[in-house]
Amino acid sequence: MTTLVLSCAIVAAGLYGVMTRRDLVAVLASVEVMLGGASLLLAAYAAAGTAPAAGQGYALLVLAVGAAGAAVGIALLVSLVRRGRSRTDQITEVRG
Amino acid sequence: MSILTHSAYLAVLVPLLLAALLAVGVRLWGRGAPWVALAGPLTVIGIGVASLRAGGDSARITWIRVGERSLSLTYNADALAAVMLLVVGVVAACVMVFSIGYMHREKGYVRYYALLSLFTASMAGLVIAADLATLFICWELVGACSFLLIGFWYDKPSAADAARKAFMVTRVGDAAMLVGMAVLWRASGGLEFSLILGAAAPFAPAVATAAAVCILIAAVGKSAQFPLHIWLPEAMEGPTPVSALIHAATMVAAGVFLIARTWPLFAAAPAARDLALVLGTITALGAASVALAQRDIKKVLAWSTISQLGFMFAALGVGAWQVAIFHLVTHAAFKGLLFLTAGSVIHGSGTQDLREMGGLAGRMPVTAACWIAGAVSLAGIPPAAGFFSKDLVVSSVLHSAPWAGVALLAASALTAAYAARATRLAFFGASRSVTPAHEAPWIMLGPLVVLAAAALVLGVAGGPLASALGTTFEPLSVTIAGTAIVLALTGTVLGWRSARPQAAWTVATEGWRTFMRAAASGWGVDAFVSRFVVTPVTATARATDAMGDRLAIDGLAEGVAALASRVGALLTEIQSGDGQWYAGLMATGVVLLVAAAVWLVR
Repeated sequence: MTTLVLSCAIVAAGLYGVMTRRDLVAVLASVEVMLGGASLLLAAYAAAGTAPAAGQGYALLVLAVGAAGAAVGIALLVSLVRRGRSRTDQITEVRG
Repeated sequence: MSILTHSAYLAVLVPLLLAALLAVGVRLWGRGAPWVALAGPLTVIGIGVASLRAGGDSARITWIRVGERSLSLTYNADALAAVMLLVVGVVAACVMVFSIGYMHREKGYVRYYALLSLFTASMAGLVIAADLATLFICWELVGACSFLLIGFWYDKPSAADAARKAFMVTRVGDAAMLVGMAVLWRASGGLEFSLILGAAAPFAPAVATAAAVCILIAAVGKSAQFPLHIWLPEAMEGPTPVSALIHAATMVAAGVFLIARTWPLFAAAPAARDLALVLGTITALGAASVALAQRDIKKVLAWSTISQLGFMFAALGVGAWQVAIFHLVTHAAFKGLLFLTAGSVIHGSGTQDLREMGGLAGRMPVTAACWIAGAVSLAGIPPAAGFFSKDLVVSSVLHSAPWAGVALLAASALTAAYAARATRLAFFGASRSVTPAHEAPWIMLGPLVVLAAAALVLGVAGGPLASALGTTFEPLSVTIAGTAIVLALTGTVLGWRSARPQAAWTVATEGWRTFMRAAASGWGVDAFVSRFVVTPVTATARATDAMGDRLAIDGLAEGVAALASRVGALLTEIQSGDGQWYAGLMATGVVLLVAAAVWLVR
């Protein structure tokens, strides 16, 4: 129960960051926080259950996907920053 | 002959197909159109002759079934139908031949003949119909042809207006006819004449009276009787041969025919008969007095037609429907003749204003002779046909309703007077025309001569006609005939003397001029109708348009549209393009979904 509450709190904190922070780097970091919260839950529940290896495997998989996502995200971010846009409210249009 | 005796429907089918053929090849036929169209009336004449000799061919097909009742299309070429077919065929043929000369410079020449053919088909259908549904279809078709032909020069506003007016005014009668048909349908379960006019006459007096009055109103509209006569003088905007065919000889007489056809119904409805007598007498006398004050040769004839139809209605009103049909036949001959002669005069002199004519007899001798034949017949001077039929009308009315008979005698005197006045103004005295008139070509004079012969000798047809219609006409009474002749001659002399083109309008006193103006305007009926009928109806229509259409219906439709637009504008706000806003919406959605799931599982 404690881990459930903790991981929910972490995901919520990440979500709060995604929704409120205007800095693109901070938004990206918040996404990683949410992923971390989810991974924690996977690992903790797996440890308490009958097949701990599966849960931990998934947790590792999430970390890998998160890293890949962060890599793509940072690539986009660098590209945006070069055009002088580092804040979320500067990228409201697809073109332009 | 056998195909003609056994296939009376050909009287409708042939002209109808010819009309379609002409309409399809409207750019193709050119000068050939009249000769194609002429086959229609010739077929009608053939069927008329064959039916008269061999007796009626009849048939029926079921059209619509409604429960146990059904509407059928039926025809029956009995003696009355055969007589009418002859009238329609002969006048239509004369008009078509005459029009070859009269209309030869018009564009829309083929359209003109297509419409004449369609009219011939519709009119033939009207007279051979053996049930009210078929008759009503043809009744509307002749009305539509009348509309299209009055508005033949549709780019002329006055013609287009006149066409609309004719259509609308006759519509009043047609609506009444529909009501009458509904009454009869409800009372008897069908519209076939064999059913509604059968010897059994199964109607309660109230039903018979209601149906007869409705049919009478329809006839009053079609036959331009008071107070629905106001369309006919304006219908003169159409080509003159059309006036001869539709607005003198055939279509306007359809009302008289309708009442004759449904006579057993009127026999059971004395109130409707009295109404016909009163309206007919008013119309006969009133319209004759208006004709005396007209300056336009076609308007004289139009008011004369109204007046003569009034004579027929009066005869119907006293139960002498065979006499009315006799007068219808002779009137078709002499009034068709007078209209075609007027056409010839207009063609030759370039005007239809009597004040610009004068002395045409010298330049147009054949036309003048034909006109005089028609005018003598109209005035009721023996031995012309009009004398015999009008005398029968007057004497039969005198027997049943002396006051109406006296009024009709007065109308006869007026008739002679306006006929003489128009004759003198147009054909005698010094010429007042701007351009010298010329005689019409023979293609136009031929039909005139044929009709002139008919107008002079058709009086002898009275006996055979009466026996064909199953009755005998009473012999001429010396007293009545003598009075009628004296009145006709007096009227002629007075009309002749009063015919002064300039003097009558300039020298007269102020009171007399006012009187003449009132007469010339048709005693103000038209103004009355436009003031007390047209204006309120138009105002009601405007109000309905503003309240019902603009406010309620448009308001509803536009309100729905505005609502959608507003909601759309609100929803546009959501789509800001801000990724974080979308993330927030998504999160809200997830929360709501989870909450819903939890609440449902609980």
